[in-house]
Amino acid sequence: MNPNLLLAIPLLPLAAAVISGLFGRLIGRTASATLTIAGVLGALVLSLKVFQQLAFEGVPSYNDTVYTWLVSDGIRMQVGFLVDHLTVLMMVVVTFVSLCVHVYTIGYMHDDAGYQRFFSYISLFTFAMLMLVMSNNFMQLFFGWEAVGVVSYLLIGFWYTRPSATFANMKAFLVNRVGDFGFVLGIAGIVYFTGSLDYADAFAAAPSMATKTLSVMPGAAWPALTVICICLFIGAMGKSAQMPLHVWLPDSMEGPTPISALIHAATMVTAGIFMVARMSPLFELSETALSTVLVIGATTALFMGFLGIVSNDIKRVVAYSTLSQLGYMTVALGVSGYSVAIFHLMTHAFFKALLFLAAGAVIIAMHHEQDMRKMGGLRHRMPVTYWTSLIGALALIGTPFFSGFYSKDALIEAVAESHRVGAGYAYFCVLGGVFITALYTFRMIFMTFHGEERLDHHAKDHFHDVGWDMKAPLVALAIPSLLIGFFTVQPVLFGGWFGDAIQVLEHNDVIAEIGHHFHGPVAFALHGPMGAPFWLALGGVVTAWLFFLKNPSWAAAWESRLSGLHTVLVNKYYFDWFNENVLARASRGLGSVLWKAGDQAVIDGTLVNGSAKLVGWLAGVTRRVQTGYLYSYALWMVVGLAVLLAWFLLSAH
Amino acid sequence: MITLQHMMVISGLLFALSVAGIFINRRNVILLLMCIELLLLSANFNFVAFSRWLGNIDGQVFVFFILTVAAAESAIGLAILVVLFRKRRSIDVEDLATLKG
Repeated sequence: MNPNLLLAIPLLPLAAAVISGLFGRLIGRTASATLTIAGVLGALVLSLKVFQQLAFEGVPSYNDTVYTWLVSDGIRMQVGFLVDHLTVLMMVVVTFVSLCVHVYTIGYMHDDAGYQRFFSYISLFTFAMLMLVMSNNFMQLFFGWEAVGVVSYLLIGFWYTRPSATFANMKAFLVNRVGDFGFVLGIAGIVYFTGSLDYADAFAAAPSMATKTLSVMPGAAWPALTVICICLFIGAMGKSAQMPLHVWLPDSMEGPTPISALIHAATMVTAGIFMVARMSPLFELSETALSTVLVIGATTALFMGFLGIVSNDIKRVVAYSTLSQLGYMTVALGVSGYSVAIFHLMTHAFFKALLFLAAGAVIIAMHHEQDMRKMGGLRHRMPVTYWTSLIGALALIGTPFFSGFYSKDALIEAVAESHRVGAGYAYFCVLGGVFITALYTFRMIFMTFHGEERLDHHAKDHFHDVGWDMKAPLVALAIPSLLIGFFTVQPVLFGGWFGDAIQVLEHNDVIAEIGHHFHGPVAFALHGPMGAPFWLALGGVVTAWLFFLKNPSWAAAWESRLSGLHTVLVNKYYFDWFNENVLARASRGLGSVLWKAGDQAVIDGTLVNGSAKLVGWLAGVTRRVQTGYLYSYALWMVVGLAVLLAWFLLSAH
Repeated sequence: MITLQHMMVISGLLFALSVAGIFINRRNVILLLMCIELLLLSANFNFVAFSRWLGNIDGQVFVFFILTVAAAESAIGLAILVVLFRKRRSIDVEDLATLKG
């Protein structure tokens, strides 16, 4: 593979981002949009070319360094690419969703003053994400990791005059710092044991690391690989919003909707999933770490789903759905089903981006109204949006033949096959999650598009359906949401698509286990109604229909009957309360102690002002020697003379 | 018999007297000038004594030089004193403390 070709893939969006960011005012709105779209389109075309080379022409995967940044103590910090089947899948997904979002943005941000800035940011994001997935070493992975974090920060706070937006972006940044702390420790652990930042070296040393121990505290020798893997996973928990580091993702909906689709649903939040899958040779050797991953993912998958049921903000419902689906992917990682995690990541990227963009179209049509209680009956007013989001919703709940069905059903079966500690709990969570997913998804669909119109006068009078610049991406995403599972389930899951990119130990290989029962995508889909997930999903849809369309009074009645539970859910399990009142208050308290005792008292008071005062006091004492009287000067002269004489006389002997 | 020791003692006493005059005197600058003269005289006394004792005339020649210089110095000192008095209306040592820190 040609390294220049690979280099061009991330650099095209970067160049477009730099030009439209720095010279956006000079080249104008249209030119900025055209330029960034061309950049991302170029990246997509080149990614597809790489995809074709790897998938159909049998070109071996590429793993090489293109630039050495610095060598420090034998540790090489390099820019390099590892392009195999896992990477190329991510590259195509990232660039395709990014392209759809770029096109959609033309319509969505049409009236916004920060038009060029927005295009620059999303192109920059595409660059960062490509650097992350294409990396062949931890240094570059970390660079991409942080760069997507920065762009996410910039975009959540895109409307920086809103206090809630600046609060949300600060929150996202701080919560991700917690995760990154673990991530850096994990990387440091790998460097400590292997002396190298390259993936290949780390993977080669994995079996030896599995036998070593690490004493973090005296008297506690932990298995080194488990510590490293859990540290890396803490990073993934921050980026992929797993409990308890999920709190930033719902708040990130303060940003414009296109970035909610691109960053906070389809791509950036899946970086953690991708990273764990990429590190499969390490994780595979640590049962403890995988069990941790499994339990955290299962908890996120079920409990974040509940929150989607009580939320009335259309974007937040989709955001909680994202959290829950990320939990599903994490569960898949936890049962060693890396390939099904990546498969679900891919299908989810399409239908979740679709759902977000559809929600954005509704929001624009409603003049920035996000409350679903003020919507209803919109299917006649915006049919394209309705049908595409229906496809997205059906894919999300796992309707047979839709893309989500293949990934989710395979995922649930993989959990059922697993015998890992926590797999039973996880199976219960993912099955329950199916019902919850169907419930909140169709609650959203029914409240938004069905039933009677609850629009207020302002929205009714000024309602206007969105243009084709926003509808086209919806259609472009609806097609893969519908079809991609059907066509890719065989090769990706059971055809050995990932090859060496993902390594699974034989006794952990749940995918091979379910592969024995797989007889083509049609049979798989027809088999769907035999299993529990199908009926659970159907039950969820029916429940949603009963409660939110047929008898909306039931919902209110149950809400008051379960008011205690409802309060807990509305308050999001009090995570925000805990963070703000315990963690944030404690750190503010610590900060103020350090400020008053450390900074003001010790540094300012003792060191800075103290030394000045000491000099002043010394000067005050010595100035008394300068009496100004002639006789005292004379006296001191004589005293000095006497001393000199005495010294001269005494030292002579 | 008057020996070198007697001379030294007298010279030392004169020197000590004049130094004490400089230190203890807190009133008059003229007294200060007189004490300096006395100081120089004690030095001259030493010169003369050693000149006699060593049988060498050089010391006594030095005394003449010193006397001349002392006379010139007194003249300049008194002139400064006059100017000082005109300026400050006082020749009190206690008042001359402008160098006080």
